[in-house]
Amino acid sequence: MKPRTGAAVTLAGCGKTFADGTRALAPLDLSVAAGETLVLLGPSGCGKTTLLRIIAGLESPDAGGRVLFDGADVTALPIEKRNVGMVFQSYALFPNMNVRENVAYGLRVRGVGKAERSRLADEVLEMMRIDALAERRITQLSGGQRQRVALARALAVRPKAILLDEPMAALDAALREHLRGEIDALLRRLSITAVYVTHDQAEALALGDRIVVMREGEIAQVGTPREVYERPADAFVASFVGTTNRLEGTVRGGRFACAAGTMALDAPDMPKAALLFRPEAARLVLDPPAGLVLKVEQVQFQGARQKVTLCTPDSVRVVVETPPDLEIAPGMLMGLALDPNRFSLV
Amino acid sequence: MRSADRLAVLFLAPLFAFAAAFFVLPLAELVLVAGSGPNGAFEYLAILANPRHVQTLVATLALSAGVSVATLALGTVVALFLARTRFAGRALLVSALTLPLAFPGVVVGFMIILLAGRQGLLGAFTQSLGMDRLVFAYSMAGLFAGYLYFSLPRVLVTLMAAAEKLDPALEEAARSLGASRLAVLRDVTLPGLSPALIASGAIAFATAMGAFGTAFTLATRIDVLAMTIYTEFTLNANFATASALSLALGLITWGVLALTRNMAGTGVAAAG
Repeated sequence: MKPRTGAAVTLAGCGKTFADGTRALAPLDLSVAAGETLVLLGPSGCGKTTLLRIIAGLESPDAGGRVLFDGADVTALPIEKRNVGMVFQSYALFPNMNVRENVAYGLRVRGVGKAERSRLADEVLEMMRIDALAERRITQLSGGQRQRVALARALAVRPKAILLDEPMAALDAALREHLRGEIDALLRRLSITAVYVTHDQAEALALGDRIVVMREGEIAQVGTPREVYERPADAFVASFVGTTNRLEGTVRGGRFACAAGTMALDAPDMPKAALLFRPEAARLVLDPPAGLVLKVEQVQFQGARQKVTLCTPDSVRVVVETPPDLEIAPGMLMGLALDPNRFSLV
Repeated sequence: MRSADRLAVLFLAPLFAFAAAFFVLPLAELVLVAGSGPNGAFEYLAILANPRHVQTLVATLALSAGVSVATLALGTVVALFLARTRFAGRALLVSALTLPLAFPGVVVGFMIILLAGRQGLLGAFTQSLGMDRLVFAYSMAGLFAGYLYFSLPRVLVTLMAAAEKLDPALEEAARSLGASRLAVLRDVTLPGLSPALIASGAIAFATAMGAFGTAFTLATRIDVLAMTIYTEFTLNANFATASALSLALGLITWGVLALTRNMAGTGVAAAG
């Protein structure tokens, strides 16, 4: 299929309060560039699905909110007039139609002739490498196959944007990882605008051009996967995306001090400070000089690296991933050295 | 015979007795009686040769089919509305709609007379508008209204349960692909409901084919099969004809049910 570019999607002041008074979404602004893959990431109930449904046209934003596709206001348009492709968690494939009929359905309601829509549907099926399944009934498909059919059906109408609502939540971990790569490659090849909702941080980091981390109906952070992972805006983002260590203490005279010791730090004085860093952003040193000293509690050898759990004198646990060449045993005292610029202070 | 087999036969004995008492013996008797008249075994052909009987049979079939279709159409609209809308008093309305389940056909007949009889509400209303009194209780139209009232709650309960089980994402998916409301109904909602539509439609059809109480209450100008059988049996003591008609009624209804069950079977498989 020819590569194509989707529309730029802009949300302006879109909030959502349901009829029963529940506020699902605080008014927010967000834009998705044409061809970009934007991931909405957050725990359940954070409003990410509501946001997706507002873009789709399945929910309308509260008064004042506007949805724009390529600058044109589509707020008043219902979903059937917006030309978006949707992929649902349950796949929502039509059980009374076979695979080809499912994929061709969008073309059929657009009045495309039978021969032409079969040809177009087969083209999409071939692109998704499921052309062999065209005649199958939906009940004869595995979860991964259904997922591909759902994606093919959404793409067949050449939508302005494709919206995916936890599309892999029902699949097992191995298949999820495999399909993640496939979907990522596909979205890039088609350079179609995509909004992808998930609560799985690994999926978000792997798929997104940008990630929007959401919490309780608000945006906690917007950034590239690297930004969100390495420079989380706050403790919530840090804890939700990847493993984060947290040491609490003070900063005075250019040194951070906590129960494990002190280390030099270029920061203004703070009576209460928390040092946040990733397991791979620290190194362990034997025969620790003065500095941060922790006791090894557990060592998990993982082949290419080892995962070491350490404990401060006030029983705070810290996880560090180090190369496997360092021989470490529980009970040892180790020095903790942080890579410059790979931690944040809040 | 091993003792386990003997035990199994012992346990199955009540089933055989039940089947014999309520199924095989009466049917055999009906077959025998039907063949014992002056026409002998040709009684079956005789009822087909009698234009009044054929006319009655066709009228009963048409009435039952009409009632089934009307009940399904009304029931689908109401069931979809009730399954998807939450409002104050919904539970009360649902239970009120299933109230007719408690009424026998005779009571339904009374109600039709109260509504559209000679002294009925509709008549009084149309007269007050300066028109003729509207009276249809004692005709096929009255029977149609009565059967509709009788079947609707049965169909409604089944359809509501099915409508609540439909995945709302299916309709949303169809809409996202550009389908209009009508297309969504035709391509997604009705196919999703089809097993329930076929099953409850078959019940409505069978009920209307065999119903007697309502027809008997409305009486006079109505020729439906159940009434004809009653007349032949009780008033004319024409046992052979009554038996032959009974078997015809049973076979036709059974045939329609078997056919729809077959369709429902494939329907269920397709919707699985």
